[in-house]
Parts: sequence; C-alpha cells; structure tokens
Amino acid sequence: MTATMARSERRTGAGPSAFQTFLSRHGGMMPTFAAVLILLLLFVGAEAFLRGDFISGGNISALLLDNAYLMVLAVGMTFVILTGGIDLSVGSVMAFTGILGAKLLADGLPAAIAVPAMLLGGAAIGLFIGILVQYFGVQPFIASLAGLFLGRGLAFIVSLSSIRVEDTSLLWLQSERIWMGAWYITPTGIIALSTVAIAAFVLHLTRFGRTIYAIGGNEQSARLMGLKVGRAKVLAYVISGSCAGLAGLILTAYSGAGYPRNGIGTELDAIAAVVIGGTLLTGGRGYVVGSMIGVFVYGTIKSVINFMGAEQSWMQIIVGALLLLFIVVQRAIVARSEGRR
Amino acid sequence: MPADTEVPPIVQMRGITIRFPGVLALDGVDFTLRPGEVHSLMGENGAGKSTLIKALTGVYAIDDGSITVAGERRSFSTAADAQEAGISTVYQEVNLCSNLTVGENVMLGHERRRGTGIDWKATHREAAGHLASLGLDVDPRSILASHSIAIQQLVAISRAMVLDAKVLILDEPTSSLDRGEVEQLFGVIRGLRDQGVAILFVSHFLDQVYEISDRITVLRNGALVGEHPVEELPRDALVTKMIGRELDDLAAIASSSHRTIDRTGTPVVKATGLGRRGVLEPADLEVYEGEVVGLAGLLGSGRTELVRLLYGADRADEGSIEVRGAPVKVHQPRHAIDHRISLSSENRREEGVVADLTVAENIVLGMQARQGWLRRIPQKDQDAVVKEYIEALGVRPANPNALVGNLSGGNQQKVLLARWLATAPQLLVLDEPTRGIDVGAKADIQRKVAELSAQGLSVVFISSELEEVLRLAQRVVVLRDRRKVGELDSASTDLDMLIDYIANAGEGSAA
Repeated sequence: MTATMARSERRTGAGPSAFQTFLSRHGGMMPTFAAVLILLLLFVGAEAFLRGDFISGGNISALLLDNAYLMVLAVGMTFVILTGGIDLSVGSVMAFTGILGAKLLADGLPAAIAVPAMLLGGAAIGLFIGILVQYFGVQPFIASLAGLFLGRGLAFIVSLSSIRVEDTSLLWLQSERIWMGAWYITPTGIIALSTVAIAAFVLHLTRFGRTIYAIGGNEQSARLMGLKVGRAKVLAYVISGSCAGLAGLILTAYSGAGYPRNGIGTELDAIAAVVIGGTLLTGGRGYVVGSMIGVFVYGTIKSVINFMGAEQSWMQIIVGALLLLFIVVQRAIVARSEGRR
Repeated sequence: MPADTEVPPIVQMRGITIRFPGVLALDGVDFTLRPGEVHSLMGENGAGKSTLIKALTGVYAIDDGSITVAGERRSFSTAADAQEAGISTVYQEVNLCSNLTVGENVMLGHERRRGTGIDWKATHREAAGHLASLGLDVDPRSILASHSIAIQQLVAISRAMVLDAKVLILDEPTSSLDRGEVEQLFGVIRGLRDQGVAILFVSHFLDQVYEISDRITVLRNGALVGEHPVEELPRDALVTKMIGRELDDLAAIASSSHRTIDRTGTPVVKATGLGRRGVLEPADLEVYEGEVVGLAGLLGSGRTELVRLLYGADRADEGSIEVRGAPVKVHQPRHAIDHRISLSSENRREEGVVADLTVAENIVLGMQARQGWLRRIPQKDQDAVVKEYIEALGVRPANPNALVGNLSGGNQQKVLLARWLATAPQLLVLDEPTRGIDVGAKADIQRKVAELSAQGLSVVFISSELEEVLRLAQRVVVLRDRRKVGELDSASTDLDMLIDYIANAGEGSAA
C-alpha cells in the first residue's frame, strides 16, 4: 500500500585487499599492538638514556618478579572489565588474603591449608560481589566498593600489624631462582605467567570465555542468544576474587610477611594495566595478553624512574598520561568501527 | 501451499494475559501455529504482537493462560529454554554481539569443540556453510560491526538455522533489507516451510505479508481479533480489522495539505549553500510559514545529513542560514533550539525518548529545557500541556504516568512529537517520524502535522514512504548521492513522476 524505497547497499566492487581483510578481522587488536610498541619504545629509550645499563637479563627478570602479583590481579580484572564491569575490591582482598595466610601459618597450620584458605577467601568475596551485581542489580562500581571496604575491614580483623612468614615452602616461591643464562624466573613468576596462559585459553577457547566477550558486546543480545549470562557474570567476579587471593599469596611470599595495609590503591594500578594493554573499559574487546603487556609497561616505567633516581610521584603522572592517551585511542577506534556500519 | 488444518499444532497459546505497570499488554489472546506454515501476526503498534512473541520465547512471564509446545505444556523462563524446545527468534533490532566475528555470532553457544577447547577452524567452516546456505558471501572471521545492518540481519537468521529450529519467529526481519535481500530471505523461508518448520512472521509491509503467508492472525489493543487463511482475508478487510476504523482519514489529510503557500515574503528558515565536505554538497533550502517541505531520496542520499547541518547536529563547513531574514550561526543544536528550530531524529530509541521516564516527564522535558532548568514550570501547567498532547495525538495508553519504555514504537513516536511541539517551535524537522510504526499511528501523526502546518508551523518532513511525502508536503526537495537534485511541486506530481525524478533527474533539470 505504500511505496517504500528499496535500500541501496554500498558494496565494494573489487575484492577486499589483504589489509582490509586484516582490519576487518583484527581491528580490535590495534590498542594491544600499540601497547607492545610503547613497551619496546620504553625499553629502547631507557637503554639509550641509561647508556646500556637497562636491558639486562637481571633487570628484565626482576621486572617479572616485582610485578607478578600485579599481573595476576590484572588477569582477574580483565575478565571483569571484558563483561563491562569493574572490580575495585582486588587491592584490599589481596591484603586480606595475604594477612589471613600469614596468620594461619603463624598459628602453626601447614601451607597446604593456608594456601587454599587464601584462594577461597578471595573467591568468596568475588562471589559476594558477583551476586550483588547479577542478582541484586547493584552497579559493579558500588558492589565492588563494598567489597573493597569488606576486604580491608577483614584484613584488620585478622591483624592490625604485619605478621612475618617463617614457612619455608611459601618463601621458596620467590627465593628459588631457575637460571637460564643471565635470565632467571621464580616460582611466583611461573605462577603469574601460567595464570595469563590459562586465562587466555579460557577466554578464547571455551564457551564460558566467549560468553564473557558476548556480554561485554551486548548483554541483552547474549541473553537472547541463549547464553548463560548470569552464571558467566558471577563467575567473572569469582575469578577476579580468586586472582586477588592468588596475588595475596604471591605478595606475601614476595615481602615475606602479611600486612593489612598492603595494596591500597593497587586496584587502580591493575585497572590501569588492563586499559593500557588495550582492553576497552566498556567491555567486549581486549586480550589478557594485552593486560600482561600493560603490567610490563607499568613495571618498566616504575623501574626506569627508580634507575633515574627521580621522585616516585612522576610514576603517577606518567601512568596517568598513558592511561589518558589509551582511552582517547580507544574512543577513536570505537567511533571508527561504529561509523563504518 | 496452505497448511492443512488437520496437522496437530506445534505451538498452542491459550488465554495469554500479560500486565505491565499501567498497561494491559495482552488480554486473553489465543494463538495457534502449525508445522509447515508461514503464519503472519498482524496488528498496529501496541496491539501486542511483540509482547505475544516475547511471551512465547520466555522473555516475559505470562500472568495468565497456557502455552503448549509439541503437545507438552511449557513455560519458558529464559530465551535459552525456548531455544532448547526448538523455538528460535530473529528480532527487529539485530540482537547479536557486534564486537565478535560473523562466524562466532552464528555459532555462539554451539561452537565445534576439539578436546577441551573450541576448534575455531571447524567452527568458522561450519558458520561459512550456514551463511552460504543463505547465499551470503561474508568472511566469517570478520568483525560483525564492519558489516551493514542488512548483512547483520541475515547473519542473525543464519544463527537461527544453526539451532535447527522447529519454530522460527521473524519479528520485522525485512525492515532493513533491500528488495533483493528480501527475495533471498523469502526463498529461505519457503525452503524451511517445505521442510516442516513453523514460521511466525511479523512485518509492517502488507505486500510482503501477502506474498509469504499462509495464515494471518490479527491483534488489536492486546486482544485477538481473528485468525484467517490468507486467501479469505482481502487487504482492505485486514486493514479494517487492524485499526478498527476506515482509512478515509488519509485522503482528508491529502486534501487539507494541498493548499497554496504564500512564498512572496521572507522564509522562516533559509539555508544557502549549506554543505560539509564528504557529507553533503552545498544545497539551498527555503521553508515558508505554514509550509511542509518534504525531503525525498534514497537512504544515504543526504536527506538526514541536510537536516543535521540545518539543526547544527553536524557542523556545516560552508553556507549560511537565515531565520526570518536575519543571518544566524547554527553550530550546535543549542543554537537551533534558541531560534526555535526542533529536530526529531530518525533514531527514536537512541536520540529521542527517555525510556525510563514517564510519558508526562518526557513531554515536559523539552519545555523545561527551553525555559532553563532553574525556572520550574508550575505543575498545573505541566499537567495541562501533557493532557492536551496525549489527547491531540492519541497516545495509547492515555496514561501520563506510564513508562515510555513500555509503550509501542508508534506511541513512543507520538510522545517524541508531543515533546517537540510543547516547545512551540517555528520550524519542526521530522526525520522518518513514521518508520516502523503502524498504519493507525502513522495516520495520527500525519493528521497532526497537517493540522499544525495549517496553523502556521513550518515543517521539514523526511520519509522513505513517498506517498506520505506527497500527501503532506506542498513542495518536495529531491536529493541523490549526497546532492540536492531539484524541487517539485507536490500538487502537480504523482508517485511515478517522483520516483522517476529521484532515479533520473540530471544536472540542470532542477525546477
């Protein structure tokens, strides 16, 4: 009854070039490539500036050792941010599980009980946040803020002061060094890298992982496609909480003590690393390997500043500037991909 | 191939009732779907089509009634439940994840696995197979966002094929497809029907409904009007059943809007050489008092782009705008609003109504913005204005406290129109105000536009439905390929001439 116009569709005449095909497939990897580029520039720049003192097996190996806990936190954070959420609790959960583990060991319990207790403690707080977000409709920011206060409070309940760790098996995690020429790796480093590898496997090769991406892309669609959205979302927070528990273990081994004031503001470092690594804060795009790169960028800036003997406050400024840069780049990428439709 | 009534139904819905706050969305509706038939669900916006579909697919819980699928009493609480029972849905808005690849969207939740992990190679190969069976040549590894909405729609249908559905629900699947793509889709639908799949089809395009359907069920205001085999229901009978009244209104609109406009004075708004590089070649546009100027052209011809430049939504890099003879700068929408120019965008969900606010709050929003936030409009005045517009435009339900998100598309559009009218504009720009809404609401909106312009409001009206443009406008500006190609007087132009002009008008032939 009405003359509706046929829609004309713009089509490309010739077949797409290899470059176009690459862009249409992997456009989302650009921010992560940019992070790799920045890391290389940092290495080269530091090497030039410090007259060849910077790039050495020892330094790079120490980078992993010093930032292993942050890497584990960033892995968990990546899951949550990919769903479009945020987890502010990880710093204080790490402090809580750290002091809990130290206390249990000091009370004479074996590491075989203390370590699972740390992981479960982290997972429980993650579950609490996940349930708040999924079933009570609380904003992730608010729910995890509650988790932040809860974790910190629990840490102070366990102990008000630091507790030294004497347990040899726990200390071995960071004291053992497996040498490969001038390079070495500690068990904590192996734990961190394995966490990244397992997370990459889960995110890219399991249905749960793909559900995480689908939720970040369009939660409503994911639900209508029949994916188990509720379960996946809660699980993302549980994973983040468990990673915080694992980070608590690593940090306790690294510092040889549990301390209830550990990790104040560390959640923001983890978020910064994830974003620098190319994960979109709105969710749906990003790679856990990118988050690992982000942690290395973060760690490198920190150690360059140490080498130069400059004020640590520069650290905050540089990381802040990088963060801003990346978010602007991401906005541009999102705007482009939306404009292309 | 009409379905045999003797075949036991695959879906039987009895006495379905659903209530939303302030709205009785479905009132004891019966619906029967048989294997091997294409069954169209017809009704105005707000008649309850989408609600009935969502009741069947487990998105909404039913307050009363029963659903029987394949002889078994069922109640689905999630879309996943319905899919497991063999009911797949392709919604009007593409419900896919645009951040993932095409192949993944097709296969999500059904990926091929090898050992513990997903076998991406096999998954993408299978996805490519499903896409090819729809005649769709798309790289399954490309990101979905890089494709047009039409392609995305076909991908959504491919996804439904993967699920091996016994019931396929297509809710407005053709609204963003071109003619060739519709043919392609209908080929696929017929193939599936012949394999015994029951297809529930919803569309506003009557031609398509008559082309593809075996049977039609009509709903009106949340209640069942009747179920008829397609050959027993002529079109005029269908339209009468859908809207419950005759369509003489539209003819009346046409005669009232074809009056002569005094173009000797100063135009209300005059744009000279308005353009933006890569968006629109410089174009002139004059709108006189009480005049409706229609913009006609294909999608992407520059219709929307021209009014966005006029409204300051995009910044023009050349040209000038005069309002009642005085040159003005319109660099952002704020400036346009200051000169009492309003634009109702084609994206009513994203740029239009606020779904979480009530009808009354949405209408008052525009007035309040004009007043300044600090000067509160007295509640009594607000109520009066809201009541006036709900009545004038026939918003259903006529409840100022109903949430806009619970209203149908046509009624949302009426609320949006009311909001702009409440700001008392001197130029109202309507970009596709009648897209995706039903016949009755279209008539209501057109009648209101004709009435207001007769009272002196100037209107720029964009629509893909050329009959509408010719009916409402006194003058039609034609655009093609991001360029204004000419102007026509609608009194001396009929549909065929306009179509020919859109397709063929060359340089220099502009009036």
